[in-house]
Amino acid sequence: MTQIQINGQAKNVDVPGETPLLWTLRDELGMTGTKFGCGMALCGACTVHMDGAPIRSCVTPLSAVAGHHITTIEGMEADAVGQAVQQAWIEQNVAQCGYCQAGQIMTAVSLLKAAPQPTDQDIEDAMSGNICRCGTYPRIRAAIQQAAKRLAQGGKQ
Amino acid sequence: MMLTAQLSRRGFLQGGLGALTLAITAKGLITTVWAAESATQKYGADSMPGGTVDDPLVFVSIAADGTVTIVAHRAEMGTGVRTSLPMVVADEMEARWDRVKVIQAQADEVRYGNQNVDGSRSVRHFLMPMRRVGAAARQMLEAAAAARWSVPLAEVKAVQHEVLHQASGRRLAYGELAADAARQPVPTGDGLKLKDRSEFRYIGKDQVRLVDLEAIGKGQASYGMDMRLPGMVYAVVARPPVVGGKLRRFDSARALTVPGVLKVVEIPPMQGAPAFQPLGGVAVVARNTWAARQGRDALDIEWDDGPNGSYDSVAYHQALESAARKPGKAIRNQGDVAQVWAKAPEAGRLAAEYYVPHLAHASMEPPVATVQIKGGNAEVWTSIQNPVAARDAVAARLKLDPAKVKVNVLLLGGGFGRKSKPDFVDEAAIVAQAMPEGTPVKLVWTREDDIHHDYLHTVSVERLEAVLDTSGQVQSWLHRSAAPTIASLFSEGAKGQQMFESAMSAINMPYRIPHVRVETAEVEAHARIGWFRSVANIPHAFAAQCFIAELAERAGKDPKDFALDLIGPARRIDPGTLADTWNYSESPERYPYDTGRLRGVIEAACKGAEWGRTLPKGHGLGLAFCYSFMSYTATVVEVAVDEKGEVRIVAVDMAMDCGPQINPERIRAQMEGGAVMGLSLALTSEITFEKGRVKQSNFHDYEVLRHNASPRVIRTHLVNDDHTLPPGGVGEPPVPPVAPALCNAIFAATGKRIRNLPVRRVA
Repeated sequence: MTQIQINGQAKNVDVPGETPLLWTLRDELGMTGTKFGCGMALCGACTVHMDGAPIRSCVTPLSAVAGHHITTIEGMEADAVGQAVQQAWIEQNVAQCGYCQAGQIMTAVSLLKAAPQPTDQDIEDAMSGNICRCGTYPRIRAAIQQAAKRLAQGGKQ
Repeated sequence: MMLTAQLSRRGFLQGGLGALTLAITAKGLITTVWAAESATQKYGADSMPGGTVDDPLVFVSIAADGTVTIVAHRAEMGTGVRTSLPMVVADEMEARWDRVKVIQAQADEVRYGNQNVDGSRSVRHFLMPMRRVGAAARQMLEAAAAARWSVPLAEVKAVQHEVLHQASGRRLAYGELAADAARQPVPTGDGLKLKDRSEFRYIGKDQVRLVDLEAIGKGQASYGMDMRLPGMVYAVVARPPVVGGKLRRFDSARALTVPGVLKVVEIPPMQGAPAFQPLGGVAVVARNTWAARQGRDALDIEWDDGPNGSYDSVAYHQALESAARKPGKAIRNQGDVAQVWAKAPEAGRLAAEYYVPHLAHASMEPPVATVQIKGGNAEVWTSIQNPVAARDAVAARLKLDPAKVKVNVLLLGGGFGRKSKPDFVDEAAIVAQAMPEGTPVKLVWTREDDIHHDYLHTVSVERLEAVLDTSGQVQSWLHRSAAPTIASLFSEGAKGQQMFESAMSAINMPYRIPHVRVETAEVEAHARIGWFRSVANIPHAFAAQCFIAELAERAGKDPKDFALDLIGPARRIDPGTLADTWNYSESPERYPYDTGRLRGVIEAACKGAEWGRTLPKGHGLGLAFCYSFMSYTATVVEVAVDEKGEVRIVAVDMAMDCGPQINPERIRAQMEGGAVMGLSLALTSEITFEKGRVKQSNFHDYEVLRHNASPRVIRTHLVNDDHTLPPGGVGEPPVPPVAPALCNAIFAATGKRIRNLPVRRVA
């Protein structure tokens, strides 16, 4: 039995320690907001935060997350930056199929926490690990810029 | 009180009709082709299984609290159709969008009409039926109110979720009228009053966001991959690495020792043509996906590769080239191309060959299906473009009446044509059958499974030959296409493209050229050839559009001026006169090839890109255009190529004329996404075979465009929002012009012609 901290809550899981966090979240804990896309840290669909930093949960074994704080897309509503990003995602009508967007949002949130006023280059550098096969990249860029602006104004406007 | 008694009620007729549907769907596109050539041809939606249904009692229900529930009968894979079609209903019925709830239909084409979401048909075929649904519901509400008040019908009017009686100022909310409205006769024919365009509230107005938008951003939207049921087990399959291969022997002992592994199940091999059959192999069932995957890795398997074991992409490319250099089967022939070529001086002749490799769809959600079998019934939860094909595959597999198989359609994490084939649902049914009764089985494809075992886009060599006279006019045009056909999926050994493939930008070229010959070469398929977003338009338009730019250069003319001259004046061409007997199964009268609309998008894209402007060194503009799925698109790409040959996309201008624009914001989204997908296939994507096996396995070697390679600027130009025109498709048409526009831009920037995709970098 392994205990992990997810979105501020302790969860017990009974799977081998080498099981990736992704499948633990999805299949064992029923938290399906975090998506499977590649299983090799190539597409970013499975992005979650460990102690605030983005990680690819598909290649992160359960044993590596014990004792750390994991935040998933389900925890973003309780996060000021997360909320701003989610709102910008709606206002820019980013999603097409939407499958990759949870991972895109998780990466965007950590970008904005590290670089509150990201340049185009910052956005490309941070986001290029997240694939969107529908091709929503221009709107993702616009949504990140909008969220940055909103956050700089203290969430007003 | 509901307008409909039971949205999920299933007609008893369905079983009998289901068998008919199976016969049709098993043949898929092929049947469409045969039908297109018969004398009693039905067109458009009427030519599809299930046709259309426009009964408001099927699609709309109103609760006493006023909530209007609208059925989305077609699957959502990212085009926005789950929003757009219900929005059309809501507009016509004067429902307030914030009081509308959208529910997803199960597979049932007898009840809802055709549900096969491919071919860019959803709005094309269902705009008018959905308008009629909404208008009928509105009129039934008005009739109920008029009866309640005992006033003439002409004195009442439905406005935003209420019916008003202007003279008395009385009003009744939709919820108060629902029960009475359900008992009103359904207006039909002349009695049905559609809105005038000026009365639209949502259609064309960009007032409505995707119904799933908020849930998507919160990670709460439910995709096929997200299905969960109590007691569910997970399966992954080891499939033969070569199409048509079989198990020679396998040993599951070690797999069964992997913690969490529950069972190993043999999947029977494919028989005959692939169609929608599973490929065969061995499934490992476990308590979670990871354990199943570990169990699969522990299987000891020997395969018999079968006849496709020597398929090799390098050798096949050469085989396609030699096929393209020999006379093929003429499918369009006017004048005498051979004679004009023979008599032309060398300086007037131009020949070029273009190569587009196999492509994998690589939707972000790999194929996945959940099946539960209980008490002689089966229930399916999956992300599928063609739910009835899934139902029929499961029914056939389990030897059940199709009426005993329920298919629930969840959101698709992308589809692009892959998910119209239900092979993965059939696999899940096989595994579920091997488990204790009632065990829900979720069968998951890994990314490697998806790349290795896709229904691939074809691979092609297109050879073009033309003769220019001394004034730069094109006198003759030969287009010979060598590519394995999708027909090989349904008919073993089928060789040579069918009309439905040739009629995607090869046979139906409309240019003013006196001598024209279009040929197909006979080549064998060694992989599962499927349809990929915009299908044969990709290679055909790539070749023809690059070739036109090459001809312009030879003639010493501006590519845009040259193209417009080749197209000639605005006219409506009967596709039959171009030897196109398919026309996307649409009526040639309703949907002629309109060169005026083609000219219109070329002008719009060029205007957006400021065609003709002076560019920085190393930059170039390229133009390409395409008519596909009854819509017209043109694209101008601006590239910058550095001294190392690295290509950067500076900007893309894309113009589209799809006729009436129902949800312009979503049309623009499809155009932007089509630009990115078109650039992916142009720049980096390629599936190759060696010893019958796909060499690529995941996103490191099957590369698709990422943020850093995506253009910072994509400008979309929507033209000709004309509601007197029948609607065109939107999902697929943005893709074909992108790759040729890019290669023409690279030529403008560097003087180098790229004829083989993917470009990767300019050598």
